[in-house]
Amino acid sequence: MSFYECVIIARQDLSSQQVEVMIEKLINIFTTNECQVSNHEYWGLRNISYRMKKNKKGHYILFKIDAIPSVMKEFERQMSINEDIIRYMSIHVNKLEESPSIVMQNKNQHDDNSSPKNNTYSNENSTLAAKEM
Amino acid sequence: MKIRTNKLDVITTPHRQFFQRRRTCPFFGENASKIDYKDVNLLQRFISERGKIIPSRITFVSAKRQRELAKAIKYARFLGLLPYVVK
Repeated sequence: MSFYECVIIARQDLSSQQVEVMIEKLINIFTTNECQVSNHEYWGLRNISYRMKKNKKGHYILFKIDAIPSVMKEFERQMSINEDIIRYMSIHVNKLEESPSIVMQNKNQHDDNSSPKNNTYSNENSTLAAKEM
Repeated sequence: MKIRTNKLDVITTPHRQFFQRRRTCPFFGENASKIDYKDVNLLQRFISERGKIIPSRITFVSAKRQRELAKAIKYARFLGLLPYVVK
């Protein structure tokens, strides 16, 4: 068994529930093949720095995986078929870090620091975004 | 003739001081931050305004770390965390 880190980007117009379903499906690939996903993180809907298959935003998901290469190959094959996934990248790592990644740490800090004023601002933004849709 | 002497003055008078700054690699030591393709804020310090990777002779990153750093930046670009070019 070896360790992998895999980041996938899903289409922006998926709802968070659809993303959750997709995550479960992907994790199932490993559990049925006696491998495991030790942890996964949902980074949320983030801006992509450039247009990626006509998407400006995407749902970012990080998987920390302990698996054998053949299962990883199957995992990548499934992702290449899935049209909801814009891009995926899996990297072989020597060690899986148990603590949450820097992206999540930054996100949590931001949530803690944000005052009620900021919250209203973000709410306004979200309504604006909804109108644009 | 006057002009010539002036020229000489210009060459000889300013006493140039060379500041030798000794800087070590920013990723050296125990407290140094780890190079990670997910750490956008860190990687952003090592790319130019146009989005290019800054050479190590300017940032003083050691050759070994520069190789790691370049790889991390390229991973981050592929994932859309960093831009390839800023126009």
